[in-house]
Amino acid sequence: METTTQGTTQGSAQSSPQGSTEAAAPSATAERRPVTRKRRLFPPMTLKLGVGLSIAGLIVLFGLIGPLVVGDPSTVRDIGLTGPGHGFLLGTTQTGQDIFAQLAYATRGSLIIGVVVGAITLLLSSFFGLVGAFVGGWVDEAFSLLTNIMLVIPGLPLVIVISSYVPNKSIWLVAAVLAITSWAGSARVLRGFTLSVRSRDYVLAARIGGEKRWRILLVEILPNLIPLLASQVVFAVIFAILGEAGLSFLGLGASGSFTWGTMLYFAQNGLSLRLGAWWWFAPPGLLIALFGAALSLINFSIDEIINPKLRSQTRAERNRWGMSREQRQAAAEVTV
Amino acid sequence: MTVLEMRDVVKDYRLRNGLRSTRLRAVDEVSFTLEPGRTVALVGQSGSGKSTIAKLLMQLERPSSGEILVDGEPMPYRGARAAAYRKAVQMVFQDPFGSLNPYHTIGHHLARPVRLHHPAFSRRQVAERVLDLLRRVRLDPDFADRKPHELSGGQRQRVAIARALAPEPAILVADEPVSMLDVSIRLGVLNLLATLQREENLGVLYITHDLATARHFSDEIMVLYQGSVVEHGPADEVILNPQHEYTQLLADAAPAPERRLARHRQPTLAAREGGGQQPLG
Ligand SMILES: Nc1ncnc2c1ncn2[C@@H]1O[C@H](COP(=O)(O)OP(=O)(O)OP(=O)(O)O)[C@@H](O)[C@H]1O
Ligand SMILES: [Mg+2]
Repeated sequence: METTTQGTTQGSAQSSPQGSTEAAAPSATAERRPVTRKRRLFPPMTLKLGVGLSIAGLIVLFGLIGPLVVGDPSTVRDIGLTGPGHGFLLGTTQTGQDIFAQLAYATRGSLIIGVVVGAITLLLSSFFGLVGAFVGGWVDEAFSLLTNIMLVIPGLPLVIVISSYVPNKSIWLVAAVLAITSWAGSARVLRGFTLSVRSRDYVLAARIGGEKRWRILLVEILPNLIPLLASQVVFAVIFAILGEAGLSFLGLGASGSFTWGTMLYFAQNGLSLRLGAWWWFAPPGLLIALFGAALSLINFSIDEIINPKLRSQTRAERNRWGMSREQRQAAAEVTV
Repeated sequence: MTVLEMRDVVKDYRLRNGLRSTRLRAVDEVSFTLEPGRTVALVGQSGSGKSTIAKLLMQLERPSSGEILVDGEPMPYRGARAAAYRKAVQMVFQDPFGSLNPYHTIGHHLARPVRLHHPAFSRRQVAERVLDLLRRVRLDPDFADRKPHELSGGQRQRVAIARALAPEPAILVADEPVSMLDVSIRLGVLNLLATLQREENLGVLYITHDLATARHFSDEIMVLYQGSVVEHGPADEVILNPQHEYTQLLADAAPAPERRLARHRQPTLAAREGGGQQPLG
């Protein structure tokens, strides 16, 4: 959807100078255009965003490539609990399984859960939040009711009940369960924002101009919601990965597949803490913490586009407001 | 040619207040006619129902009773005639900052109505029409590539006017088109509207709360007070001989040179005549 809207704006923007007979400075506008477009679509590259993106990128890369290069994570060897080194980068478990291999597969598993939950949340919340608010009337009432019911259902207990009901759970089932319990919050946020955008004058102007309703929703309203959607999805991914880790740690997670949570569960069961086998529980714990922090950093950056006030209220940003040091000193002298 | 007539139009809003619901009469039995080539000013204080009348004309609201006639026939709300109506009647909004989508370029804002109006146009023809629209509102062609946030309020309002002109309407509703603009550029935008009105023979409903510009730019003035029209007549007549006390109040606040001159002349005459007696009194 994003690409289609982009296509149309670009189309109309590009076609205008071509048709002009007296476009005085087409080169100047051509230079300016890409800059403004970037500024709207992507958050400004700050330190926060840079750090967040690189940590998250490295972890994703590890999850994608790792499982292809490491050996079988389930192979049992009779070397017992071995520390790092000795041919195994991160040592082995009690049963001699390669922890680095397990970590690679676990990263992939956790990321799959994150992506699936993020996607389902995006779909459900934009359907129930956006469409309901846009259509209005009884559709909105019904969607709101459903959203509110889903919102007050306590998530974790429901997840535990569902998880304990199904004995053999695949990673997909866990993801679906997590998604169903997590979309309602962002649907509400989206609904509120859509309601406010829907009554803006530019939407009324599009209606007066005779635009079709679906076009108004997709072309006039949706692009303004992209930052909000992105931040909701990132949040859903964090929630899903942490939630899955929690479930697995309680022994309610996916059976037979590796995630960061199941690794921690087995480490706990294998008494790694008491045996001082830090190489067993530290890597998955660290990755969870790092990935969560990285996504949060990305989310802060997105939040700053949604609400520029957040950015302009930090001291560093205020200092950047155009006064050089000399000017500030001069100003200070004058006021004293 | 489109003649638009409101006949005894009433608009009630339901205000829900917990379990009780009260009715608010925003527009109360309003009748008037809009026709090409004439400017009608709709004057009234905040909350008097001016924008509600605009919304009724733009089909954003439906009348609670009464009817709106288009060329003598009831207003069409669906079908081909409704689509034709929507092209024939366009609107300029009050807030130039809210009426343009921050995500899209100026070119997009103008190209869409052109495309809707001329589905057969090629890309090139649409682009040419966009540049032509920009030229008509006295904006440089390179504005087409800019985003709304790169424009000043006056420039945005010119874009909004160009967008309203894109479907080649017969009637233009301008809801306080300059009230959010800097005083120094208001006249420029109003003069532009007046010029376009003459060039295209538009019927204009000029909504404002400023009697002075209403008088200067319109043929007729309607004064709205709490939803009903309390005064309606030729512009000069309404300003110089206000009948309703609310209009008198408004007229007193607005600069009207003749009336002020007349009033100045009377006291000075009186002072001169009674000049000798004053020290005694
Ligand atoms: N959607 C709505 N629901 C309920 N009441 C409304 C609604 N829209 C307008 N009103 C009420 O109708 C009355 C007239 O509003 P309207 O917007 O037409 O005023 P206005 O003359 O345009 O004022 P202003 O000069 O401030 O724009 C107001 O009292 C307003 O509160
Ligand atoms: Mg108004």
